[in-house]
Amino acid sequence: MKRIITIIFAFAVWMMLTWNTHPENLIIGGIVALIIGLLFGNNFIHHPMKLLSPRRWIFMLIYIPLFLWEMAKANFDVAYRVIVSIFRPKNMPINPGIVRIKTAIQSEMGRTFLANSITLTPGTFTIDIKDDILYIHCINVPATDLETASRQIARRFENVLIKIFD
Amino acid sequence: MNGNWNELIGTGFIIMGVAFDLLGCLGLIRFPDVYNRLQAGTKCVTFGTCGILFGVFLMRGFDGLGIKALLGIPFVLLTSPVGAHALARGAHLFGVKLWEKSTVDHYQEDRS
Repeated sequence: MKRIITIIFAFAVWMMLTWNTHPENLIIGGIVALIIGLLFGNNFIHHPMKLLSPRRWIFMLIYIPLFLWEMAKANFDVAYRVIVSIFRPKNMPINPGIVRIKTAIQSEMGRTFLANSITLTPGTFTIDIKDDILYIHCINVPATDLETASRQIARRFENVLIKIFD
Repeated sequence: MNGNWNELIGTGFIIMGVAFDLLGCLGLIRFPDVYNRLQAGTKCVTFGTCGILFGVFLMRGFDGLGIKALLGIPFVLLTSPVGAHALARGAHLFGVKLWEKSTVDHYQEDRS
């Protein structure tokens, strides 16, 4: 089951990359996808049954625009700080620091997605994860205690991600 | 007519992407320490590169090049945070200090 999903995924990516349907192209893609699936099928996906639940896909569709919106906002924020830093090098608008936050997500995949989302959004990025504690470097520290920092940095993604991955 | 609009909007996306890439590079020079530089490096450059790729997709539509550009977006989105995490964690474990005006460092507290 795991291997079949990996093979289908690899073949789909191959087809999109090459984007033609010559028979020899299909055959080579099939062989390579088969080899990759047999070698790495066990590592690529751990709970194949989760893929079949439509609820998770619906929340994924909610998550993608939310994420893109947050990411666009993040970029304007950082761009603003860069521009001000150029003109005012003595007094940059930054207040950096590393804070710890706690997550409620249990699955490893969900934690990976949370960490990546935090890295790509407003002035924060993940340095390390130990169990359910994430260490976040903030360009502008919102709060230093665990509760407030977790709420401000992670909550908006966590609520959706927990429904997708747990 | 349709093709012209795609071309126009695609060019807009590419210009925006280049502008964000430029700001990311300026931030890389301007910010004070490794971690802040990585902030500029990951965010602006990821967004800028995604903008360029999406602009190329809009200009070319569904052909070989356009789809390759579109596939590039998830690749960049998945790999750049991982790279930033690895660099920042490596720098911290190696003992690179934070900027002197930084407020807190919980990671240091928990490691020692």
